[in-house]
Amino acid sequence: MDAETFKYIGAGLTTLGMLGAGIGVGIVFAAMLNGIARNPSAESKMKGYAFIGAAFAEFMGLLAFVVTALILFA
Amino acid sequence: MSEIKPLEQFELKRLVEYEAFGGVDISFTNSSLFMVISVLAAAVFLLGGMRKNALVPGRWQSMAELSYEFIASMLKDTVGSGGRQYFPFIFTTFMYILMCNMTGMLPYSFTVTSHIMVTFGIAIFIFVAITIIGFAKHGLGYFGMFLPSGTPWFMIPLLIPIEVVSYLSRPISLSIRLAANMMAGHAILKVLGGFVVMMGAATGWLPIPFIVLLTGFEFLVAFLQAYIFTILVCVYLNDAIHMH
Repeated sequence: MDAETFKYIGAGLTTLGMLGAGIGVGIVFAAMLNGIARNPSAESKMKGYAFIGAAFAEFMGLLAFVVTALILFA
Repeated sequence: MSEIKPLEQFELKRLVEYEAFGGVDISFTNSSLFMVISVLAAAVFLLGGMRKNALVPGRWQSMAELSYEFIASMLKDTVGSGGRQYFPFIFTTFMYILMCNMTGMLPYSFTVTSHIMVTFGIAIFIFVAITIIGFAKHGLGYFGMFLPSGTPWFMIPLLIPIEVVSYLSRPISLSIRLAANMMAGHAILKVLGGFVVMMGAATGWLPIPFIVLLTGFEFLVAFLQAYIFTILVCVYLNDAIHMH
């Protein structure tokens, strides 16, 4: 196995970063649904915060994508 | 069997070659073309909708008013009345990114926002502008941004670097989120489209329902990313105006 092979194995391994992002986004929206079920009148306010939280959680997964791009193309 | 190249669609092509100031390449590329198309689409959508300016809006006018109301209420919720004067800028940002994402969903078109260079250009401009607004409002007190109130004294040396880094990473996270979302979605659509070709006539129809579902999902993402970009700009603006 040469260095090129390990490069592609590493690029594939970076997809594991999606694991954490998936769990994080799931927790954010689960908490939002919990909150809405308890207090439906606060839905519009919670939605905005939930999307901000999901955006931050998602960004962590996207950093894994950036690492993939760096490994493959840089 | 042809090889699938999912990243080929993001290639820049020079449509009108032009060099200025001795070697600076400012050619009119397909990216520039679709930027122009997006701006025109936004202008036609809003101006055309408000052309009749009726008291009881028709379908088109109500779409234009809905998009206005949507951003206006979002700005009011996150920034408050102090953000009213920045509404034209926030609305322009939202419409531009939304139209860029949406024109990218047309087959054979080019997604402008899939390039980090483009989104980073927008994000760094907003970041610098918001920092200037913060310093204009609070003077040197704006450095208090880096020290949340109620911090125990022994945490101060630890917390200030963290806050500085988190503040400086704002344009990077804004731009990478938008570009990577658009790019990943389009690349996946292309890969699935390649499956249809590779699997041939017998089983090639299998991925098609997934492609339809993913295309619908991509429209959602295109809207959601424009929304998230705008709401984060609103949150940063709120930080600059009110501090925390």
